Amino acid sequence: MIKTASPIILTALVLSLVPFAWSQKENSGATKKDDSVYAELAKAPRKAAARRNPLESDPDAVAAGANLFALHCVECHGETAEGGRKGPSLRALEVQRSTPGTLFWILTNGVVRRGMPVWSKLPEPQRWQIVTYIKSLGPAQTPPQGQ
Amino acid sequence: MYPRCDSVATSVVVWFLPMINWRSAERGKKCRNKRRNKGCHPIIKRVFESRGSALYLMALALAALVLPAQAQENPYIVAYDHYLEEPGSLEVEYFSTFGTQRSASDFHAFWAEFEYGATAWWTTELYLDGQTTFDDSTIFTGFRLENRFRLLQHEHFINPVFYFEYEQVSGADKILKEVEGHDVESDYTLPNALARKEHKHELEFKLLLSKTFKGWNMVENTIATKNLTGGDPWEFGYAIGASRPLALKASVNRCNFCRQNFIAGVEMYGGLGDRRSFGLHDTSHYLAPVVAWNLPSDWTLRLSPGFGLNDNSHRFLLRWGISREFSGFGATVSRLLGGRKPSR
Repeated sequence: MIKTASPIILTALVLSLVPFAWSQKENSGATKKDDSVYAELAKAPRKAAARRNPLESDPDAVAAGANLFALHCVECHGETAEGGRKGPSLRALEVQRSTPGTLFWILTNGVVRRGMPVWSKLPEPQRWQIVTYIKSLGPAQTPPQGQ
Repeated sequence: MYPRCDSVATSVVVWFLPMINWRSAERGKKCRNKRRNKGCHPIIKRVFESRGSALYLMALALAALVLPAQAQENPYIVAYDHYLEEPGSLEVEYFSTFGTQRSASDFHAFWAEFEYGATAWWTTELYLDGQTTFDDSTIFTGFRLENRFRLLQHEHFINPVFYFEYEQVSGADKILKEVEGHDVESDYTLPNALARKEHKHELEFKLLLSKTFKGWNMVENTIATKNLTGGDPWEFGYAIGASRPLALKASVNRCNFCRQNFIAGVEMYGGLGDRRSFGLHDTSHYLAPVVAWNLPSDWTLRLSPGFGLNDNSHRFLLRWGISREFSGFGATVSRLLGGRKPSR
């Protein structure tokens, strides 16, 4: 029994290291200085980009969005949203000039190929709260790290 | 910004949970022998009857109160939705299943789960299973390696995920993570010493379909399993579920008990026979309300009382679990192994 189980366990151990290697390869690629990271914004369908933010005038949306950003986005985009270990700056002009609908679409669909997960698991109002917060930050004064 | 709490206290709670359960089984055995003469105990009372289990539940409550911060995990224990682990994050999970058993002793099966987000489209997991059969013994029952692959890049009307698992478990495995083929309650009556002699090398495939609409998440999983040892035919099963957060908007204040932190729902799962005899005859089915409490510190607590829907099913399954997500785990491992720092 031990003889037959050993190669399987050894193979399993070796295979278990593959995801780590793969993830590092993919994640390091996503953080290269690459303007095309913002090209994803242009992929939002016109109808989605034109959507209005229903919480635009909600006085609590920015504060609630800040909480959500701290919980779900800081890990990649940094505490000030100026770019982090894995994600690009959200205070770049490309992002700040985008419509709320575009940001909502990106948040909903993710950029799976580049390592950003889909966030449709957050209810729609929470995604709009995050969009409201991001838009409230405005463009960065200094060149962002992700660019 | 929310502080991320990785306190020693919480680590102790998580890593010593299995040990507490182990001890509770031993104490419980003594306790039950004394109580047998007093007649039957209600099902729920049995779960809480040992001091170890009470300590365990108190520890969970303590962990919930001590920790500040939030993950957004679904409440399902058997069914899967299409959301994968965030890239580079490791989620460590511990789950328990208490099951009643007619014509044999009740059991407490448990498993540890290590879920790693390799990429945004690939999540891989390792399971370590064990069980305690009351008045019998506590044993390790095997391991599982699981992979989930997101098939489409964007969100669609229905989102498919391909699931592939290899498992090497003994016949004494009772975690009931999925029900397939002609799995019935009487399969679990063998004493551990006999049941553990049977070894299963199994491949399992699932198509996970999931949709989130207006806060509701709906899932459907189709299961196909092949035991590589012996000439068993392909077996089939299903799991379906629906869930929704109690509030869709996030509140302005940071809170443990805000309604948006709770997700409630229901799941149903069961077998669909095998290739030779496909259908519902001689299969077992369960219906289980589920609730998840996503604490604002990447901790999640889940609870699910499950009810057997026919005579082939266990009458009652009580499942609970605790999980914690560790962000940036992949990068840390990479650095330890001498990998380069990601460029900015």
